[in-house]
Amino acid sequence: MTTPFSSMAWIFLCGFVGSFGAVFLKSGASRLQLNFKAIVSNWRLAFGIGMYLLSSVFFVFGMRRGELSVLYPLVALGYMWTVVWSRIFFGEPLTKAKFIAVGMILVGIAFLGLGSQK
Amino acid sequence: MISTEAQKRRSALLVGCGTLLGAAAQILIKSGAGALGPHASILQTAVGMITIPALFFGYALYGVYTVVLILALRHGELSVLYPVIALTFVWVTIASALVFHEEMNAAKLVGITIIMGGVAVLGRGDKSDKK
Repeated sequence: MTTPFSSMAWIFLCGFVGSFGAVFLKSGASRLQLNFKAIVSNWRLAFGIGMYLLSSVFFVFGMRRGELSVLYPLVALGYMWTVVWSRIFFGEPLTKAKFIAVGMILVGIAFLGLGSQK
Repeated sequence: MISTEAQKRRSALLVGCGTLLGAAAQILIKSGAGALGPHASILQTAVGMITIPALFFGYALYGVYTVVLILALRHGELSVLYPVIALTFVWVTIASALVFHEEMNAAKLVGITIIMGGVAVLGRGDKSDKK
């Protein structure tokens, strides 16, 4: 079985959109106040949740066809994007430990994909 | 917002525990999707999310997981907390072997080990960078 380009594109989008979802969830959560009015009017949270839902639709579309060993690492790329956006939008430091950790997570997920191959 | 070290630690722990909820939700949704059949339409899927208990509780659990995640994200760095979610892959792989009797093999074990190692590096990095 080969992996169609469309599946790769959906899964890539899933990781990419999901990483932005995380950015909005984080900026919404940082401003979170625990009262009903503040939560309902927190558009950042709502937008983040919306992007998450969108990303999971892309995930379902992408996973219909193709090899997990190719598609899983593409999902995991989302973690890398998130580290980059965290630097750009929140000024979080890019450290060697973060790169090593995300690299290991990517490789580990690739192995899971390989092991799940039928 | 300035967060204390204790709050950051609690956030990381909360995300870690949250991944257990996320994994349980995925397992429930997967077993519920089996009852739905492979060719279900969007409408059948939407109805199934309410009428099939495993799907209903699976998605409900996902909602709880999202709330936990948002509470956790109040403190600490996104670039540290978010990759911890990769633990979900580990729990789902282990649970799939136990619940659905999916094969456990060397590649999966290596993957699980490397992911857990990566998350451990993340936890350590958070502390050493904050001197």
